[in-house]
Amino acid sequence: MLYRETGQFKTTYSADMAMLPLRQDRIALGALLVFAFVGIPLLAHFAVWPFGNEYLLRAILLPFLILSLAAIGVNILIGYCGQISLGSGAFMAIGAYMAYKFGTGMPEIGLPALPVLPSILLGGVCSAIVGVLFGIPSLRIKGLYLAVATLAAQFFFDWLFLRVKWFTNYAPSGSVSAPELNVFGWVVDEPIERYLFCLAFVVFFAFVAKNLVRGAIGRQWMAIRDMDIAAELMGIRPFFAKLSAFAVSSFMVGVAGALWAFVYLGAWEPLAFSIDRSLQLLFMVIIGGLGSILGSFLGAGFILMVPIFLNVVPSELGVPLSTETISHLEFIIFGSLICFLLIKEPHGFARLVSLAKEKLRLWPFPY
Amino acid sequence: MSSNTVMPVAPAAGSTAASTQPAEASGLAVAAARAAGGAGSREDRARRTGEVILSVENVSLSFGGVRAISDVSFDIRKGEIRAIIGPNGAGKTSMLNVINGFYFPQQGVITFKGEKRREMRPYFAASSGISRTFQNVALFKGMSTLDNMMAGRTLKMQRGILWQALRFGPAVNEEMRHREVVEKLIDFLEIQHIRKVPVGKLPYGLQKRVELGRALAMEPELLLLDEPMAGMNLEEKEDMSRFIITINQHLGTTIALIEHDMGVVMDLSDRVVVLEYGRKIADGTPDQVKADPKVIDAYLGVSH
Repeated sequence: MLYRETGQFKTTYSADMAMLPLRQDRIALGALLVFAFVGIPLLAHFAVWPFGNEYLLRAILLPFLILSLAAIGVNILIGYCGQISLGSGAFMAIGAYMAYKFGTGMPEIGLPALPVLPSILLGGVCSAIVGVLFGIPSLRIKGLYLAVATLAAQFFFDWLFLRVKWFTNYAPSGSVSAPELNVFGWVVDEPIERYLFCLAFVVFFAFVAKNLVRGAIGRQWMAIRDMDIAAELMGIRPFFAKLSAFAVSSFMVGVAGALWAFVYLGAWEPLAFSIDRSLQLLFMVIIGGLGSILGSFLGAGFILMVPIFLNVVPSELGVPLSTETISHLEFIIFGSLICFLLIKEPHGFARLVSLAKEKLRLWPFPY
Repeated sequence: MSSNTVMPVAPAAGSTAASTQPAEASGLAVAAARAAGGAGSREDRARRTGEVILSVENVSLSFGGVRAISDVSFDIRKGEIRAIIGPNGAGKTSMLNVINGFYFPQQGVITFKGEKRREMRPYFAASSGISRTFQNVALFKGMSTLDNMMAGRTLKMQRGILWQALRFGPAVNEEMRHREVVEKLIDFLEIQHIRKVPVGKLPYGLQKRVELGRALAMEPELLLLDEPMAGMNLEEKEDMSRFIITINQHLGTTIALIEHDMGVVMDLSDRVVVLEYGRKIADGTPDQVKADPKVIDAYLGVSH
């Protein structure tokens, strides 16, 4: 009843091709953004449950935002362009370490320490360049073979950041810590500040991603994904389409990596970006929904929340389980949930949401 | 497209049926005119069709030991409908693949708009004005009808990735300009009601129509149609024939057509080339080809 498009006439093509053609959707998104940018800081300031809790901001919302951004990047490559990649962890690492190098300066080439914002973005740019290099095999190989080629990126960069001391500024332990997060004099320090800093990044890049995938370049990506031969015969160059997808995807993943290191971890070692991270991102986009920006957020939320949920609920219920049992149970439940979801809804949560919307449009009279 | 098939800008998604009529009317008028004209109109057309736009000279193509095409030559004149027929496996589709740069012939030269070439990437074929449809529908199944046809406009879209990322100013204007062109085609093909439907969900006949629309969105000079009527019922064939005639006469698009329905081929085409086992066995007007004993042998068999 509330979710109706009746009476909403569109008189221009731009209105018809808007990101959210339905007024209700626009209102919902606006409300969500206001809540995220204004509501949560206010609630946190007045310590309203549960937002007064630092744990929620630091351990749930922050990783959720950053991994959502990474998942958007992975989704552009896998979901929109159809190029399977298992190297996302490596691209996060490149973003993180190069941002660190830019942030602490490179005296060898006479580059002074840059401020945080350009460092993070340049980290993304470096990641994009490497992404393009590792995307070149995609012009020749497809599917699982490409996945293996990108897996090589993962292992190579794991090794590189562990062994080549230049990247860690010759820190004896191999662990590095982020420079002070000073954005035009605003020192990003408190959890709520960190949250807002990441939120700004994520919202901006989510809009950019959405614009790209519904524009000409997005259509080229999807054309390559759905039928590459026909796309080629229509004048879409696979070279440009695939490599641009690799570049944009790696850029976003790289920025997410830099944020993960600088804002979430603070101090990190190469292990933070291992193959586990790549697989986690892959699961996020598959469960959230391939080829959907919304799905990236849903997938990230699901993958992050389930372990926390499984940790909290038994102890709240007063079931005396040892920590080991809990962590084993976590794996079992998590694994079976993924299997179940993939069988019941292979297109992920995003598909469920669009189905629900379709139903809701007719509710309560389904005719 | 002629002035009467060009719609006033449709008031976008919501309205579907409202704007179909003029396109339909013009299409029917064309079919009627053609039916009435009979042989006379064909002679008119012979005068109208211009210089050679594409010529294929001594082309041979083989895959390993299999000779798909051997020493075939023919030409296509500007503005005509040229049919390529032949039994299964005669090399018709391979010929189209050679023309639009997907296969490289081992021998022979192809001249398109005065440019000679042996090897050509599909991208250059597409950008010089050749577009095609496929025997087995090759649409982008995950995308909507509109997006499929907009993808056909790729070569005409100039704005860089940064403009698109912000979707601001020139990028939006460009998008809207191309949307208008695509909407006119959607009206012409009478597929307004499936604008936003993912093409994977459409029935076969409509998919064929969307594919034709995608090829037309490229505004080709030479349109290659690979069995546009395969698997269609009579009514759908009539619709498709009507579209082909309108495209040819009103847009002036040169058409190369592969089709197995002889009724359609003989009615639509100006000249027919017949292939068998990769060789050309006949070339001429439908009447000449129909009377050619080699063609009759190829289709009906010979007693030994």
